[in-house]
Amino acid sequence: MDFGFSPEQEMLRATARKFLENECTSGFVRARMEEPAGVTDEFWAKLAEQGWLGLVYPEEHGGSGLGFVDLTVLMEEMGRVVMPGPFFSTVLLGGLAIREAGSPAQQKEWLARIAAGRARTTLAWTEPSARWDAAGVTCAAREDKGGFVLNGTKLFVLDAHLADALVVVARTGEGKTPEEGVSLFLVPKGTRGVEVKLLPTMDQTRKLCEVSFKDAPVPADALMGVKGRGWPALERVVERATVALCAEMCGGAQRVLDMTTDYAKIRVAFGKPIGTYQGVKHKAADMLVDVENAKSLTYYAAWAVDENAPEAALAASMAKAYVTDAYRKVAGAGIQLHGGIGFTWEHDLHLYFKRAKSSEFTFGDATYHRERVAQLINL
Amino acid sequence: MDLSLTPEQEAFGATVRAWLKTNIPREWKPMGSSEIPRAEQYELLRRWQHALFDAGFIGLTWPKEYGGRGLTFMEELILQQEMALAKAPPILNVLGVGMAGPTIVAWGTEEQKKRYPAKILSCEEIWCQGYSEPNAGSDLASLQTRAVKDGEYWVINGQKVWTSFAHVSEYMMLLARTDPNVPKHKGITYFLLDMKLPGVTVKPLRQITGEAEFNEVFFDNVRVHESQVLGGVNNGWAVGLTTLMYERLTLGFGLQVRLRIALEGLIDLARRMEKSGRVVTKDPVMRQKLAQLWIDTECLKYTGARAITKLLRGEMPGPEASTGKMAWVDTHQRLQELAMEIEGPYSQLWKGSEWAVEGGVWPQSFLRSRANSIEGGTTEIQKNIIAERLLGLPKD
Repeated sequence: MDFGFSPEQEMLRATARKFLENECTSGFVRARMEEPAGVTDEFWAKLAEQGWLGLVYPEEHGGSGLGFVDLTVLMEEMGRVVMPGPFFSTVLLGGLAIREAGSPAQQKEWLARIAAGRARTTLAWTEPSARWDAAGVTCAAREDKGGFVLNGTKLFVLDAHLADALVVVARTGEGKTPEEGVSLFLVPKGTRGVEVKLLPTMDQTRKLCEVSFKDAPVPADALMGVKGRGWPALERVVERATVALCAEMCGGAQRVLDMTTDYAKIRVAFGKPIGTYQGVKHKAADMLVDVENAKSLTYYAAWAVDENAPEAALAASMAKAYVTDAYRKVAGAGIQLHGGIGFTWEHDLHLYFKRAKSSEFTFGDATYHRERVAQLINL
Repeated sequence: MDLSLTPEQEAFGATVRAWLKTNIPREWKPMGSSEIPRAEQYELLRRWQHALFDAGFIGLTWPKEYGGRGLTFMEELILQQEMALAKAPPILNVLGVGMAGPTIVAWGTEEQKKRYPAKILSCEEIWCQGYSEPNAGSDLASLQTRAVKDGEYWVINGQKVWTSFAHVSEYMMLLARTDPNVPKHKGITYFLLDMKLPGVTVKPLRQITGEAEFNEVFFDNVRVHESQVLGGVNNGWAVGLTTLMYERLTLGFGLQVRLRIALEGLIDLARRMEKSGRVVTKDPVMRQKLAQLWIDTECLKYTGARAITKLLRGEMPGPEASTGKMAWVDTHQRLQELAMEIEGPYSQLWKGSEWAVEGGVWPQSFLRSRANSIEGGTTEIQKNIIAERLLGLPKD
C-alpha cells in the first residue's frame, strides 16, 4: 500500500503550480469573469501545449493516457487559482462522455481535437427540475426519418455557449425504471432548433447556460452507444467528474487556509498578530482538519475510480458529501478571519467563497450524497 | 498511489483473519461502544491480550529483541483492519502498549528495554500514566510533584489525578519535578514507577458514569531507585513528547477500529429501533446522520493511511498525522449522541432495567464519551498545537 503521490506526480504539481501562478493570476481570472468567453485562446493553447487537455485520454487519441490520481494533482492546482474557462466542461464532461459512451468514430473525431485545444465540448444533462436522478431526464428524443428530433430544455449547462459539441442526455423511451430509455447524443454546434442562452451567475468564473431544443433534428449516428442504455455511461462520467471536482475544491480550500494563516500572522489587533488569539487559532485548526480530511477522501476516491474498484461510487459520494461541506466552511471561515477586507470585491477570497458555493450544487450537494452513501451501505 | 496489498501482506491478513475466527472469546459481546475497557471486562480482556501476545499479534512494530515482531506500520494497519472486521475485543493494557512501551523502546537503557516492553505486551504488567495533577492539566509542564535526590534514590512527594487504570496497574509513567530552579519544561524527569512501592496510595475517583475507572494517586516519600529514570534526569519533557507521534499513530489505528465497530453496532441499533412508528433507518434525517458518521469514520482510515505512507517512505509526518485525535473525538461524541437520539426515551433507562435497550450500554458509553475531548490533551490544546506547530501561528 502506498497512499501518496509519486515523484512524477509531485513534479506535475510543481509544474502546474508554477505555470498557473504565472499565467492564471488574480488579474487574469477577474478579466475573464467580465466576459462571456471565460478563457483566452492564448491560455487555452498553452493548456493544450502542457498536455493537460488530453491528460486522461488514451494516447491513440492524442492524450497522455494518465489516470485520475494524476488528474487530481492538476485539478488541485487549478482549484488553487480558481481557474476560469471551459476546462472542466470540455475535458471532464463532454470529452469524458465521448470517451465513455462515444462510438469509435466519435472518439476519433473529437478526442484528439479536444486534446489539441481545437474543440470544446460540454454535457447538457440537468433540467429546470434540478434533479440528478434518471427521472429528471425528460428532454425528448423522438425517432424521425431515420434520425431523432430533440425537444426540451436543459439548465445549468456549463459553458454551452463555448462548446463545439454538446453531449445531450435525452429520453428515447420509457422503461420499467427511469434509467431505461435514457440516451446520449452528440450534437454539434449550429444544429437547427438548438438555442443557447448564457445566464448571469453568482460565481462568474463558472459560466452556466440554458439550452433549449425545439424540434432539433440530429442524425442517427449522433446517438452515443446503445439507444435507451445511456444512463450507466452517464453515471460513470459523472462519478469521475465528481471526483475531479472534489480535487479542485480541495485545492481551493487549501489556498483559503494558506491565505488566512498568512494574514493571521501579520494582521495586528490589540497590539499582537491576530493569530496569537485562540479565537483565531482554533478556527484555523478546524479549517486544517477540514482540508486534510477532504483530501483523504478525495485521494481515495481518485484511486477507486482509477482502479474501477467496486466501491468507486461510494467513494465518490463520500468525497463529494465531505468536500462540499468542508470547502463551504473553510471559505466562510476565511472571510470571517480576514474581517472587513475579506468581504471586499478587491480581495480574492470571494472568488473562492463563490466557487465553493457553485461547486456545492454541481453534481449534487452534501445532503444528496449522504443519502446516496446511505443507500450504498444498505442502510 | 496504490491501496492494494502485496501478496505477502494479503497472506498476513489471512493469517490474522483465520486466527481471529477461532480465538475471539465466545463470551465477548461487541455491543455499545467504549474504547476504554470496563471493570467487569478486565479479566476477559487480560486473557485476550495475552492470547494476542502468544500468537504474535501485538506490538508488531516493536523490535523483536524486546518482545515485538519488528514489522512495519503496514502490518499494524492490516492487523487493526482485521480486528475491526471481526469485531474483536480491545486490549486491556491500552496505555502500556500505546505509550509506555514505545517510549521505553525509544529512550530506555538496554536493561530497561529488556525488562519492561515484553511484559507490557503480554499484559503481565499493566501501566498507567502519571501526568495530570490537580493544578497541571492542559498546562502539564507546571506539574508540582517533586522528586528529590537522596543517595541512589529519588524521593517522590505529590499527587496525580484522573489516572486511568492506576487501581489495577503494576507500573506508572511518572513525570515529576527534579529541578524547580529552571524554566518549567526543563526541570522534569520521567520515572518508571513501581506502584507497589511504600508510600503510593491509589484512591478511586467516581466519575460521571458512576464507575471508578480513574483515580487519584498520592506519593508520600516514595523512594524510587535512580535506575528507574527514563531518558536522563531533567529530560522528561522531551521523553514524554518525542514518542507522541508514534503513539498517536498506533493509538489512532486502534481508535478508528473501535469507532468502526461502534458504528456498526449503532446501525444495528437503528435497524431495530422505531421512531414515530417507522424503523429508524427509514427516517431521512437519521439516514443523513448515520451516513455522515460513516463518511467521517472512513475518512479517519484514509487520513491514517496517508500518515503511514509518509512514515514508510521515511518522510517527516505531515499535517495529516496530527488531526486524528480531534477528528476522532468529534466523530465519536456525535456517534454517542446519535445513539441517544435513536433510543429516544429509552436512553433514560440505565442497566438493571428490563426495559433498557441492550442492557443499557449506550447511555453508559454516551456518558463516557464526554471525557474524549478532555483526556489525552483537550480539544482546545490540540487546536493550539495544530495552529502553532502546523500552521505556524504565533505563540502568545
